[in-house]
Amino acid sequence: MRYLGIDNDRPRIAVFDFTSCEGCELQLANKEESLPAFLSAVEIVQFREISSAVADDYDIAFIEGAISRSDEVTSLQAIRKQAKLLVALGSCACFGGVARLKNACNADEANREVYGDDPKETLPVRPVHEVVTVDLKVPGCPVNKGEVERLVQHLIWHLPYRFPAYPVCLECKQLYTVCRFDLGELCLGAITMGGCNAICPAGGLGCWGCRGPAADPNYGEFFTLAREKGFTSREMNERLGFFGGFEVLP
Amino acid sequence: MRVNLDLGIDHLSRIEGHGNIRIRVEEGKVVEAGWDVVEPPRFFEVMLKGKHYTSAGILTARICGICSIGHCLASIRATEQAFGLTVPPAAAKLRLLAKHGETLQSHWLHLFFLAAPDFLGVPSVLPLLESDPGIIHLARRLRGLGNRLSEAVAGRTTHPVSLQVGGVSAMPTKEKFVALRNELQLSLEEINAAVRLCAGFAIPAFARETEFVSLQGDADYPWIGGGMISTDGVKQPEEEYRAMTNEYLDSRNTSKWCRLSRPSFAVGALARCNNNYHLLHPEAAAAAKHFGLAPVCHNPFMNNLAQLVECIHVSHDAIRLIDELLQDHSAPTMTRVTPRAGRGVGAVEVPRGILYHSYCYDRDGYLVSADCVIPTTQNNANIHLDLPVLVQQFAANGTNDAELARLCAMLVRSYDPCVSCSVH
Repeated sequence: MRYLGIDNDRPRIAVFDFTSCEGCELQLANKEESLPAFLSAVEIVQFREISSAVADDYDIAFIEGAISRSDEVTSLQAIRKQAKLLVALGSCACFGGVARLKNACNADEANREVYGDDPKETLPVRPVHEVVTVDLKVPGCPVNKGEVERLVQHLIWHLPYRFPAYPVCLECKQLYTVCRFDLGELCLGAITMGGCNAICPAGGLGCWGCRGPAADPNYGEFFTLAREKGFTSREMNERLGFFGGFEVLP
Repeated sequence: MRVNLDLGIDHLSRIEGHGNIRIRVEEGKVVEAGWDVVEPPRFFEVMLKGKHYTSAGILTARICGICSIGHCLASIRATEQAFGLTVPPAAAKLRLLAKHGETLQSHWLHLFFLAAPDFLGVPSVLPLLESDPGIIHLARRLRGLGNRLSEAVAGRTTHPVSLQVGGVSAMPTKEKFVALRNELQLSLEEINAAVRLCAGFAIPAFARETEFVSLQGDADYPWIGGGMISTDGVKQPEEEYRAMTNEYLDSRNTSKWCRLSRPSFAVGALARCNNNYHLLHPEAAAAAKHFGLAPVCHNPFMNNLAQLVECIHVSHDAIRLIDELLQDHSAPTMTRVTPRAGRGVGAVEVPRGILYHSYCYDRDGYLVSADCVIPTTQNNANIHLDLPVLVQQFAANGTNDAELARLCAMLVRSYDPCVSCSVH
């Protein structure tokens, strides 16, 4: 690919999925208006969900999903050995995501409830960085394809990519979206990393924190405000623990 | 004639999720042929316990990255049934429109990205970027419209935001509706190009008689709620979904299996067409006729074409819904929600077949128990039982190993399985 007369790298990319819904990798095939440009800027050498071609000489590995079984640990370690750059794609890969909610349940009881006397192997859910070294984390449930495109552009041009430091709240203000908190709904927009274009509040849903914390979030002030609005610890805990990105609970 | 074959495909490509095919033929006899789902279990039903009703739709949407709108709709319907809620008519229309957007994006994804490469002799659509960009252009035009429609109505195409208990929290602007209507109208021509493309696909000559289960339409082709019907004559109301699914365990699978009148049954576009053929839009029915698709069709490979037939139906119906919504654009779309203790079931026809969510709530609106029965869970046993018959038939014809492997993979893909979903 040439840009402004300069030849750029065409990185060899592989996409892998672990414990997940495969919704993040699907975003790579979305955003149809720029899809041909995206696909011609990179060389996809392995992407099981959309291709039967398999090649192991990739530079960048995109990993979707959390890790919840021993075969996943083995596969992930092999991918780490091959990849020059390993990217955790989406909230499950970055924080464990909704898959991590399983860890709050008793694994044996859960297994018995679903599989009766024929329990299946399952480990406590871990984000990718707890198993191998991760070079970049792209949060979101699902990831925002526009952000993935920008990230890939930066990789091609050898420029560092910076995620927004500001919270979702800032984007709502920019879009003149009416504050969900002011409407009486719980919203994590004040402490969650922006970059999603505040898509949930714009659609009439308070932020659920899928992108994890913004830089230096003011938890104290947020909890005080939420309690003043009448939200209980149970409600706040359910929200903060939902996608696994927030470690601090009130 | 080939008499010995030992074939294993681990983590089959161009499907959602992880499943394996194994085939062993000895002395001309199929001694082993099967479809094993090996996806890691996620235990969503256990996670749901103790969650507030406002979380249920958001959490269960994450069961599936392709049919998240369908999961959200089944979830909020189950909750509304439990609370005894009826949503405003405009909300019901918006939900169906979001559903149509999902059907379009999912069916086109399957037809172009997952299934078509087999018929076109390429490992994926990626080489077509250079060799046949027209197909890519068509694919992204049609699938893009499905995504834009979902996005406009549900707030986001994957993991919706506006579909909530009590209704729909945002109404698209009139300008957005008009733009989408124009696009849908224009897409009807593009769909004709897709029909011409798919009419050229060599559909393998194969049939295994089975039972087809779907929602039963009354005056309209069915998508959200209502009773179930099977081609073997079984009928059940929505709340009796367990009698229609009969889930059981198989030791080789992390997905459950289902049965009804026979050892297995099928759900999905072909099942819907088989049970509701008379309710298809005339243009969709004409395409079905063109493809030689008539009830009861027992060739699972025809599910590909049934999806295309549904795309035509849904595009016409989306135009109708937009016209109706434009006429009463300021109608309310949310109703007040008051939780109460109770049980509710939501049945929704999602792209891969009928999906059930069943919830039990306490009086404060927290979940006591949850049960989700997934379309691919219902299809897995049917896929498993198709394989030995397919292999036996084609092995007897002297089909070579590579071709047999290709046919088995194509058969599984024809069901458009959503494997992660089936192991929720």
